[in-house]
Amino acid sequence: MPSFGENELSRRDVMAGATACAALAAVPARAEGRPETAGPEQPVLAKVSLTVNGQRRELELDTRTSLLDAAREHLHLTGSKKGCDHGQCGACTMIVDGRRINSCLTLAVMHQGSEITTIEGLGQPDALHPMQAAFIKHDGYQCGYCTPGQICSGVAVLAEIKAGIPSHVTVDLNAPMQVTDAEIRERMSGNICRCGAYSNIVEAMTEVAGRPA
Amino acid sequence: MKSFTYERPNSPADAAAAVSRNPNAKFIAGGTNLLDLMKLQIETPTHLVDVNGLGLDTIEATPEGGLRVGALVRNTDLASDARVRKDYAVLSRALLAGASGQLRNKATTAGNLLQRTRCPYFYDTAQACNKRQPGSGCSALDGVSRQLAVIGASEACIATHPGDMAVAMRVLDATVETVDAKGASRKIPIADFHRLPGDRPEVDTSLAPGELITAVTLPKPLGGAHIYRKVRDRASYAYALVSVAAVVQPDGSGRAAFGGVAHKPWRVEAAEGEMARGAKAVTAQVFAGAKPTHDNAYKLTLAERTLGAALNEARA
Amino acid sequence: MKFDTPAGQNPIDQLKVVGKATDRIDGKFKTTGTAPYAYERHDVVANQAYGYVLGAGIAKGRIRAIDTAAAKASPGVVAIVTTLDMPALGLGRMNAANLFGGAQIQHYHQAIAVVVAETFEQARAAAFLVKVDYAREAGQFDLEAVASSAKPVPGDSGEGSGGGSEDRAGDFEGAFASAPVTFDETYTTPDESHAMMEPHATIAAWEGDKLTLWTSNQMIAWTKGSIAKILSIPEASIRVDSPYIGGGFGGKLFVRSDAVVAALAAKAAGRPVKVALTRPLVANNTTHRPATIQRIRIGATPDGTITAIAHESTSGNLPKGKPETAVDQTKLLYAGANRLTAMKLAHLDLPEGNSMRAPGEAPGLMALEIAMDEMAEKLGMDPVAFRVRNDTQVDPGHPERPFSHRNLVGCLKLGAETFNWSARNPKPGQVRDGRWLVGIGMAAGFRNNLLMKSGARVRLGRDGIVTVETDMTDIGTGSYTIIAQTAAEMMGVGLDKVVVRLGDSSFPVSAGSGGQFGANNSTAGVYAACVQLREAVAQRLGFNSADVAFADGQVRSGNRTETLAKAASDGELVAEDSIEYGDLAKKQQQSTFAGHFVEVGVDIDTAEIRVRRMLAVCAAGRILNPKSARSQVIGGMTMGVGGALMEELAVDTKRGFFVNHDLAGYEVPVHADIPHQEVIFLDEVDPQSSPMKAKGVGELGICGVGAAVANAVYNATGVRVRSYPITLDKLLGQMPDAA
Repeated sequence: MPSFGENELSRRDVMAGATACAALAAVPARAEGRPETAGPEQPVLAKVSLTVNGQRRELELDTRTSLLDAAREHLHLTGSKKGCDHGQCGACTMIVDGRRINSCLTLAVMHQGSEITTIEGLGQPDALHPMQAAFIKHDGYQCGYCTPGQICSGVAVLAEIKAGIPSHVTVDLNAPMQVTDAEIRERMSGNICRCGAYSNIVEAMTEVAGRPA
Repeated sequence: MKSFTYERPNSPADAAAAVSRNPNAKFIAGGTNLLDLMKLQIETPTHLVDVNGLGLDTIEATPEGGLRVGALVRNTDLASDARVRKDYAVLSRALLAGASGQLRNKATTAGNLLQRTRCPYFYDTAQACNKRQPGSGCSALDGVSRQLAVIGASEACIATHPGDMAVAMRVLDATVETVDAKGASRKIPIADFHRLPGDRPEVDTSLAPGELITAVTLPKPLGGAHIYRKVRDRASYAYALVSVAAVVQPDGSGRAAFGGVAHKPWRVEAAEGEMARGAKAVTAQVFAGAKPTHDNAYKLTLAERTLGAALNEARA
Repeated sequence: MKFDTPAGQNPIDQLKVVGKATDRIDGKFKTTGTAPYAYERHDVVANQAYGYVLGAGIAKGRIRAIDTAAAKASPGVVAIVTTLDMPALGLGRMNAANLFGGAQIQHYHQAIAVVVAETFEQARAAAFLVKVDYAREAGQFDLEAVASSAKPVPGDSGEGSGGGSEDRAGDFEGAFASAPVTFDETYTTPDESHAMMEPHATIAAWEGDKLTLWTSNQMIAWTKGSIAKILSIPEASIRVDSPYIGGGFGGKLFVRSDAVVAALAAKAAGRPVKVALTRPLVANNTTHRPATIQRIRIGATPDGTITAIAHESTSGNLPKGKPETAVDQTKLLYAGANRLTAMKLAHLDLPEGNSMRAPGEAPGLMALEIAMDEMAEKLGMDPVAFRVRNDTQVDPGHPERPFSHRNLVGCLKLGAETFNWSARNPKPGQVRDGRWLVGIGMAAGFRNNLLMKSGARVRLGRDGIVTVETDMTDIGTGSYTIIAQTAAEMMGVGLDKVVVRLGDSSFPVSAGSGGQFGANNSTAGVYAACVQLREAVAQRLGFNSADVAFADGQVRSGNRTETLAKAASDGELVAEDSIEYGDLAKKQQQSTFAGHFVEVGVDIDTAEIRVRRMLAVCAAGRILNPKSARSQVIGGMTMGVGGALMEELAVDTKRGFFVNHDLAGYEVPVHADIPHQEVIFLDEVDPQSSPMKAKGVGELGICGVGAAVANAVYNATGVRVRSYPITLDKLLGQMPDAA
């Protein structure tokens, strides 16, 4: 028990009594004496209205709130996941104004009036979106944590190909886009799946792409 | 992330004025790099000026036969523009080689130019970094440097510019257009836009405080074969170890710029006269005076071979 | 139920539900975002505050002082707990460093404070106001530099591999010295990070002296025990709940700082607190797979018969940490009368090394199976034929111990045939496809099967619904589904009549998820409980239990038939039991086997490596659900590609930390890195393993695949890289000139 000073010991003993454990007894009391005066450190609140999965939502948020945290912590739409909070994994992918984005790297207040689709808006357990059903059929997931992001991305990727948006592996930038395995893999590469369900996800997306609209 | 106030200005000049007034203010556009850094308190603005509502999101033909790309054109839209695909394919390719689909949907032309280094010591606030905290030292110099600069670096900083888009813009001789708080505009050649670290690595670009990028102008098309070759360990969603943007003409002449090797897109125009003689002749000049670390010396070989691959591809 | 004789015919053998490639029963929740993970359980307790964890900014030393004044004054802050508030807390199970408490810093990003506030944004901002005064101390951070000071140690991964500091059979030195063909090379594997998608997270709530942790952990009972020990509170006061876990891979086997600081923070705040480790903390605050230096020596006769084999491994860890058991498979995989395996451990002050998917075998086979490839080439033999030649049906160090069931040769031969191995050009650097040099490689996969006690409770409701309760976890492995399949098979009902509840410490203690032991043991525990429930049903219905059949929701005996639900018409029937094992696994060696086949392309100019084809043929007993089992294997193969080609926690050997501590710096494979993956399971059962006759597959997929990639790279280029990951900078200098 290195570096445990006499003062702490005695304080701990006083606070803890005979039976409680050192750690819990040593836990300090709640912080007190917070200044109520406004200053640069005070949170800035801002109003924002978003349309989330077809519903208009009015929020008053700390300006620092990411779109992801607005959904998860304020709207309790926890389907979008926080895997890294730095745009490095794709688990937070939402479809915003028709485009998929990393919702962790944008502020909620920057989305006044935006139309937002989260995984909950694509389908529900008793009314699955075809992409959700295909992921189940092809076992395109394991732990499930990246899955909502994969599915949101998967839906958006097929739309991007249809819209003629090229990718890094597109051979001819000026020819019509095709739904190939290589295109799917490249375009889905912003969604990391550490469980390694990639091969199955490609199969699920291929099936959905081939299905008549 | 420090608490910040937030405003949406009505014009580019208003935006510039808003940031000029407040030394702790920053512009926010796509936010994909700024918010990343704010979460780690590497960037600590207390006022954000959201420029997303300012228009600046169109791509227009210029009287000179080139294109003027609005600062807020998203990477996806720039890469997908039919004119860019046809006449500036190297730019389209560079954009598509960067980041992920989600990030390209958000990231803007101006923001991409302004993205900061991915040096791991810059990203760890417990470590010394002259770029993040001037005067604190550079942990990367004797630390892990496999990704870092081989040329144009200094004793203060061996960070690289991490982007792809700017490398293509460098080879295309793009011009960055800006506006300041007084509404005055200025044109900065891309070659002068990014700085070398020298003894002030905290300054990435030649922009003045509060100066707002409004557009990037591309000169008229160069023709030729447009190649962007990005080399990385994993196949996608990774920063370049080395990248090459090349425009090669049928007679073998051409231009080449390198990414992943320096604090800015690295191009040595004088070396381009050697293009027809092959990659080795070019890179010998381009990388003359390079000072790699033990960890990143491979980048010199890699740059030569990558340019060779690009030239082969251009000939094919 | 004691399992001490090999399984005979039992209801599982009907295979009406078990053995079918069933969709996961939790799929509709995971795909709709409605499966609840630890940090997002708004419903379980009201008034949750947010905790933000601070990690130490030095690798070794002492904290002189922590100034929390500014942080405490920051808006919204509810409480701050620092490591100086208490002594170093006790170690939980398998922890090598203290998770909290005390002034001593044992590794970088060790948790030193938690700031609790009303919102996440406030907690994060306040955390940056905490000022820490460190007294740095020198440490050892460079495995290569300290390897010579490493000491022989025995060790056990706790997950099915281990050994003495030195294990011998015959006379290795003598046999090696006299072997006509010998081989001696050294390989290195780097530190690796689990990098699971869900960072470690916990919501903690106190009700009086009772603590509930909604957390993300693979081993519920271990966590409960460890928290009791760390916080010095009775186990009976603790409830742990982890119904969904966003990946673990061994990184959530043992309790981590998120759970400990959440409990402390909730105490300090006087209200529930939720904590998630930020991604930049995960690499250095939690555990990792330790780097190894491995020397392999093989002696053989010219016909390829191994006469001597030695595998020695050196790894590093904190003083209370264990060695990476990289030599273990070499005791069992190939024949040879003269054998030596040995482990050494060096003191390092890096974050603690611990289990990561297939601890021991994963890095061990990365080395051994390159060595086998190199030796085959030296002998002028085909690599498949060399391995087949040295197959063994007994534990080669203890020939009196046969394998319970071993068909490695079947895996290798079927794999070679399926992959068109015979078309491979054994001379490297010969095959070109456009800009790609193309190569094919293979390796054997091997991982032991572990038997662990596992319990379950089964309820039959009045509605005929069978509910299974066990503290087993589903970390993506498919536990929910195979447990439901087991109960459905045993009780003669469809999957739609089975409910599975997992991950709650108020349920019977299971094997948990680790060491690829979860599937076989947890379903065997459910089997045992169902045997009890069947007896209770028979008794309630007045049947003679000996001849009762359960099928189609009905119970039959002789010519009498009743519905299953009728047995519960007077009230729910509940049965509970555990599977416990005798010494079958001591008498016979239980292991799983694979043949991995990989094709790569290596760019002729840049030496970028891309995997083009992958096949694994696996022999692992009965496959309970071929769909989820296949996913486990392809997941292992994917992680194996990462280990072969890109994953490396880069050590700053001066400052003592893993520098690339986020998902941009620590690269794991993305979609574009992984081709279509094929998996074939040999149709087999192993009656020695359990009544399920199944063995593990969760880690078999990663075992050997890295070496198969390495061997393919060699076949493509002629450049042999013995230091993982095989990145282009290690090839460039020796690549053939680009045409």
